[in-house]
Amino acid sequence: MTRDTSSVHAPQFMTGDEWQIPTFALLRQDGTLHTGAEAPALTQDQALRIYRAMRFTRVLDERMLAAQRQGRLSFYLQCTGEEATVVGATAALRDDDMIMAQYREQGALAYRGFSIDEFMNQLFGNALDYGKGRQMPIHYGSAERYYMTISSPLATQIPQAVGYAYGQKLDAEGRCTITFFGEGAASEGDFHAALNMASVHQVPVIFLCRNNGYAISTPVAEQFAADGIAPRAFGYRMHVIRVDGNDILAVYQATLAARRLAVEHNKPVLIEAMTYRLAAHSSSDDPAGYRSQQEEAAWREKDPLARMRLWLEHQGWWDDDDERRREEQLRGEILAGMKRAEREPPPPLASLVSDVYDQVPPALAEQLAALEAHVRRYPDHYPRGAVGLSDGDAAKAGGQ
Amino acid sequence: MAHMNMLQAINQALDVAMDSDPRVICFGEDVGGFGGVFRATSHLQEKYGKARCFNTPLVEQGIVGFANGLAAQGHKAVAEIQFADYIYPAFDQIVNESAKFRYRSGSLFDVGGLTIRTPYGGGISGGHYHSQSPEAYFAHTPGLKVVVPRNPHQAKGLLLASIRDPNPVLFFEPKRLYRASSGEVPEGDYQLPLGEAEVVKEGGDLTLVAWGAQMPIIEEAAEMAEREGISCEVIDLRSILPWDRDCIAESVFKTGRLVISHEAPLTGGFAAEIAAAIQQRCFLYLESPIARVTGLDTPFPLTLEKEYLPDALKVLEAIRASVNF
Ligand SMILES: Cc1ncc(C[n+]2csc(CCOP(=O)(O)OP(=O)(O)O)c2C)c(N)n1
Repeated sequence: MTRDTSSVHAPQFMTGDEWQIPTFALLRQDGTLHTGAEAPALTQDQALRIYRAMRFTRVLDERMLAAQRQGRLSFYLQCTGEEATVVGATAALRDDDMIMAQYREQGALAYRGFSIDEFMNQLFGNALDYGKGRQMPIHYGSAERYYMTISSPLATQIPQAVGYAYGQKLDAEGRCTITFFGEGAASEGDFHAALNMASVHQVPVIFLCRNNGYAISTPVAEQFAADGIAPRAFGYRMHVIRVDGNDILAVYQATLAARRLAVEHNKPVLIEAMTYRLAAHSSSDDPAGYRSQQEEAAWREKDPLARMRLWLEHQGWWDDDDERRREEQLRGEILAGMKRAEREPPPPLASLVSDVYDQVPPALAEQLAALEAHVRRYPDHYPRGAVGLSDGDAAKAGGQ
Repeated sequence: MAHMNMLQAINQALDVAMDSDPRVICFGEDVGGFGGVFRATSHLQEKYGKARCFNTPLVEQGIVGFANGLAAQGHKAVAEIQFADYIYPAFDQIVNESAKFRYRSGSLFDVGGLTIRTPYGGGISGGHYHSQSPEAYFAHTPGLKVVVPRNPHQAKGLLLASIRDPNPVLFFEPKRLYRASSGEVPEGDYQLPLGEAEVVKEGGDLTLVAWGAQMPIIEEAAEMAEREGISCEVIDLRSILPWDRDCIAESVFKTGRLVISHEAPLTGGFAAEIAAAIQQRCFLYLESPIARVTGLDTPFPLTLEKEYLPDALKVLEAIRASVNF
């Protein structure tokens, strides 16, 4: 059934152009508020927690991209330019609300206190990595921080977030789920399925689209013909807001309000954060092939970190000395963490077959036994796999 | 002849196909102006215009659904799926639609003009989702053809044949070999037959079968075995569906031993089909059990990728075991 509407007696087409979606913005680039804007009630501690997480993310990304370039890491992917979107939204949540992210949201983990060692162990895929060295770098996960392990196939987490939030609604503990995704991923069928189900079942979920201009090389003009992602909410009768994604105060405030709708009224909300991916798509990509340096430079002028820092300075909560100290401290800690992670051994050979099921099936145990025998026979050929196997055994087997 | 790598050969095949037939259309994620994340479609948009080579929105089921419609309408749709690991959102369009279009309509309609190109396979530190070899899922689907080239020469000839074949073809490109494999490639237009395996090296003691990225591995194993006095016949299956039983059976009649290797997990892998068919055909000629050297029955790992992969040493062990059975 549709709602009762008046009828017309000549064909009348609509394009949706009659809806103009404004962009919610509070903070100017110089760190002052727009006329008539009011800053959300953030304490100094809260504001600094946010800024520190954003700064951490920026420095981590710089250091790790450099490590990738040096050949120490196989792959890296930066959040650079989108820190306000990711950290601002996370800060508006309860720390035990669920986060189901795409892959560019390390800032959320940083905000929740994921440690440098935890980051590094995943990036280097060592024995201490929660994911046991099975996934590419940046595929973090943390049960303790309510951050679902990243899956590379795009958009799959979006309907999952709806199911997760439905469970939260049944448990009635006042928690919700946020799912992050790019405007490219929003083209997948999973996105549309998710919005529809969330709306039909009135689920406490926040859909946060990082509209950062590109999906790898594909610009938004070749991704969709509409006015961004936001109007899609109308088709599902869902609350929607568009926000300046480089404006930390606006992202925070919008998500706070969205969370209230979700948790107190079981209203799903779509947030479209307008931002820009300042870095390459990943360490495998070179944006020179598809966008201009002028365009990048224009967006660098809108750096969300610089904007927040100026606001903090206006509050008298942060100054150049703080900035320098923080930056130096972070560089040192990250470098030390990287060295620690590189020294850890790889995951043991048996980790290849665990977690496929709750228990290793007999046929798979046989495959592992055969592999172990093979590695024992040729330990030099499999330096990583041979690490966990005892030297005596390896020598004996190798001498056969 | 010109010397080039596999990506260049694929790019040339697409160029030749588009040049020789204005109804050939290439599209997919990032394939337009950028030329694809691996640059397989480089310069095609420049040369043939945006109507014939373009970016699609990021939606695999849409890409293949669109391709099915375009092919049904009479165009030659060449769709790229950026990684074989991301073909699953299009599984329904491929398995229920592409494969059954002709059959369900009694040949009133068909999508024979469809070719899906997609990079597959491991060995590039890609973890779960940039490493998979999903050929067996599709080999279980009558109505599809499944093709995998091993080098630039094969890639160009097989891709041109796939695009022109009057059936929907899945063309799996071994991405580990994209730049690693180079060689002489004939200039201009030529095709290599679908459904036919190729004996790459003759031998008398044992038959080795693989396809795509696994070919250099079994060739290396064959050389190692040679040094131990074991003569292997090396066969590139080239087409997984339909596959060339006669070629493999002929070889096994001669050698009496068969080792098959693929990167995909053991259980339900395509080697199982080959083993079953060949033991039926060649039962009385077999000197030892048919062996499979494959990935483990697990998702694809990262740090221990080298341990996981069915490398030449593992194939060599299987050769020895077969000979010493
Ligand atoms: C199902 C699927 N298809 C394709 C890819 C390959 N891929 C990885 S990232 C990406 C672009 C994503 O763009 P967007 O969603 O806008 O996010 P952004 O990278 O801009 O943050 C593509 C096509 C994938 N990971 N999963």
